[in-house]
Amino acid sequence: MSADTHVVHADHAAGHGHGSLRSYLIGFGLSVVLTAIPFWLVMSGVLDSRQATALTIMVFAAAQIVVHMIFFLHMSAGSENGWTMMALIFTLVIVGITLSGSLWVMYHLNVNMMPGHAMSHMP
Amino acid sequence: MNTRITIAQDSAEVPVFYLADEHEHAEGASTALGFWIYLMSDCLIFAVLFAIFGVLGGNYAAGPSPRDLFDLPLVAVNTSMLLLSSITYGFAMLTMEKGRIGATQRWLAVTALFGVAFVGIELSEFAHMIHEGATPQRSAFLSSFFTLVGTHGLHVTFGLVWMVTLMVQVAQHGLIEANRRRLMCLSMFWHFLDVIWIGVFTFVYLMGMLR
Repeated sequence: MSADTHVVHADHAAGHGHGSLRSYLIGFGLSVVLTAIPFWLVMSGVLDSRQATALTIMVFAAAQIVVHMIFFLHMSAGSENGWTMMALIFTLVIVGITLSGSLWVMYHLNVNMMPGHAMSHMP
Repeated sequence: MNTRITIAQDSAEVPVFYLADEHEHAEGASTALGFWIYLMSDCLIFAVLFAIFGVLGGNYAAGPSPRDLFDLPLVAVNTSMLLLSSITYGFAMLTMEKGRIGATQRWLAVTALFGVAFVGIELSEFAHMIHEGATPQRSAFLSSFFTLVGTHGLHVTFGLVWMVTLMVQVAQHGLIEANRRRLMCLSMFWHFLDVIWIGVFTFVYLMGMLR
């Protein structure tokens, strides 16, 4: 019985990693860099184009989210037999549909429903 | 089907219509996965709030714009508070693994202090904005701003309540298996809130200044 419990416990421990001091420090260092650069870009206005700045800080945000997932939340393809990854991928798909769908539809609604616009194109 | 039930009644056995659980699950074995799925549902709440902010973020109604309101150095300080609290919670988890109760409690206290600093700075920012007339009722931009950032701040506040509760639990019962599991859940919650904050400072504050 005690052997059984031990096996189950070991399996549980393997199911969710806890990370090491080294991984936490690497994650923290990367996060500081990935946070500082976007703030510096916006506050100093180094890049002339606003669009280029916006795209760059979005790339930095995405990179920092991945860093947090790996080094702080200890995500890996194998944790909980892959079910955490499945849940994450499913959520990302839904989040992607929600965000892109809302922005896309509402942008066109805004553009096409401008006062005067609809009337001027009336037959 | 009918015959089977009849037979079951005949032999005076209660028919069983569900699968008997064939193997034991250790207590809390599925907590991490279940909590992860909760976090993913929380992620959807924030996705919807981000989408609302994305749609309404430019509707100032002739009111103040992000450039008039946001103080980026203050946001940078706030961001570093949350990031520091993330790493100190990591240290709390590492000392918990070694079973050192005192060190775990101290790191949790440091984490909670950084969390309190974060909420305090955010509340003072809100108070400053409201004092200047930038209330949630002023424009669609401000409504969606206060909803999104406020929901995140509320999550951090509840995380702090949870953290204090766990510190009392650890003080009373030590680092027992149940408390380790609870601390692991709060660790996921706390790091998840930091992930959401990355989205907030990027899309709300930094992109707001670029609009």
